Amino acid sequence: MTRSTEFLVNGSLRLALHTLAEGEGRPLLLLHGLGEQSPMSRPEWTSVWNGPVLALDFTGHGESDVPVSGGYTPEGLMSDVDAVLAERGPVTIVGRGFGSWVGLLVAGARTSHVHGVVLFDGSGAVGGGSQPPTPYVNVLPASGTTKPDPYALLELSRDPRPPDYALDYVRFILEDSEIENPIVVSARIRPEWLAAVASDIGVIELPLEQAIESFA
Amino acid sequence: MPTTDQTREFPGAKAPERTGSIDSSGLRLALNEWGDPDAPVLAMVHGGFDFSRTFDVFAPMIAEAGWRVVAWDARGHGDSDHAHMYGWSADVRDHLAAIQSISSEPIVLLGHSKGGGQLLDLLDGRPSLAKAFVNLDGLPSQFSSPDVNDRERRRMRRADLASGLDRRRRRNELSRRPDTIEGLAERRQPMNPRLSREWLEYLVTVGARHDDEGWRWKIDPVLHLGGFGPWRPGWSLDHLAALEMPFLGVLSGVQDDPMGWKSRHGDIEPYLPPGGRLEYYDDIGHFLHIEQSRFIADLVLEFLEPLR
Repeated sequence: MTRSTEFLVNGSLRLALHTLAEGEGRPLLLLHGLGEQSPMSRPEWTSVWNGPVLALDFTGHGESDVPVSGGYTPEGLMSDVDAVLAERGPVTIVGRGFGSWVGLLVAGARTSHVHGVVLFDGSGAVGGGSQPPTPYVNVLPASGTTKPDPYALLELSRDPRPPDYALDYVRFILEDSEIENPIVVSARIRPEWLAAVASDIGVIELPLEQAIESFA
Repeated sequence: MPTTDQTREFPGAKAPERTGSIDSSGLRLALNEWGDPDAPVLAMVHGGFDFSRTFDVFAPMIAEAGWRVVAWDARGHGDSDHAHMYGWSADVRDHLAAIQSISSEPIVLLGHSKGGGQLLDLLDGRPSLAKAFVNLDGLPSQFSSPDVNDRERRRMRRADLASGLDRRRRRNELSRRPDTIEGLAERRQPMNPRLSREWLEYLVTVGARHDDEGWRWKIDPVLHLGGFGPWRPGWSLDHLAALEMPFLGVLSGVQDDPMGWKSRHGDIEPYLPPGGRLEYYDDIGHFLHIEQSRFIADLVLEFLEPLR
């Protein structure tokens, strides 16, 4: 099917939520990588999912609005996903790269509304590393409608992601989840935070399609 | 004090002599100035949940000694624009935009609390901006609740996350609760227990807005204390050690003040830059420049004297 798009309100901005496949039951929500946007059609690797397949354009990406003067943080972009949860109820998340980081965070913050999260490869998986990188402070011209927003690329490629911080979210999820393995790592590239997550006793590793199937 | 009175005065408080604005990538930041416009520049950066008019007593003291004092409101604070998104790095960038709009030459920078911590980041990346740096109780070495165990820390983080997301879900419905001048001052008192009610009522008249329902703080209602993400206080100490300009740090030693990071002299001293100076006062609270304005102003002016 050709994707259809609805716009969710998040403060003063609009977020583009695409439906890539119709269906009954809990949706699979795709979160793209840094600088990317949602796919135009359903990816082949989602074929094992019988329910709806949704894809969200993060703030400053794809068809979503661009804020004035940046201020991007992964924690702030949790509210993008939270807007979907408020509108559509519980989902299962597959995140690519940066989307996998936000997916983990929001799964930990909204445990009753995220029924499993799959962490997969994609752009922006590393962020700024485990420690803050050397400060790089620069004022960019007002970005207007340029997408991906240059401030998103600047700020979300430098945010620190300490492994113990990631593990806090793993604990939040594992403490609340009613399913046996709510976090599945399918990514082959393992920055330190993701290596720590993957090595946690409550986290399993599966190829992407099997990971999605485990939540179907 | 009559409750219908819409103004307050405070001994030594002076409204800015000049006001203006700065553009930070399309976001408007409100700017205030005191003193001779041709005098050497000293820029003041306020802390979290404060605004530049909290310098209304301290800034004129520095200005009267021959400095052009410039201060701006952080995004979402005071008279600056509310933003869609907030974050430490965005604040740091706003400070850069402000400083670059004020002077192309190195200036003296002074930061209080969170403002001081953010200047540490900025000056590690942009050391040529400052010819001297004064940090007023903005040297984080630990979280303000250092004694909680990991489980409790996670519980606090989780509660903070949920309340932050809930607030952002409702952001279009949020507004600051209206009250009288006395009521707003009373509600702020727990954050500023060592400051007088007279000062807090004055602050209401410069930091809140009056409408048909009463006074409301101007600060964006979506903002809340906390929300630092993975940020660790100790990261700031790496920036401190990297400095090379003349440095004065002033720490409050009052451990039961609800605001501030509670850093002690021994926490910070090993990270001082070469020639850096650190003062520690166990009888002055976190808002040193308000609680003991004259004393702190004299300390800063004495430190800056060789730079005139």
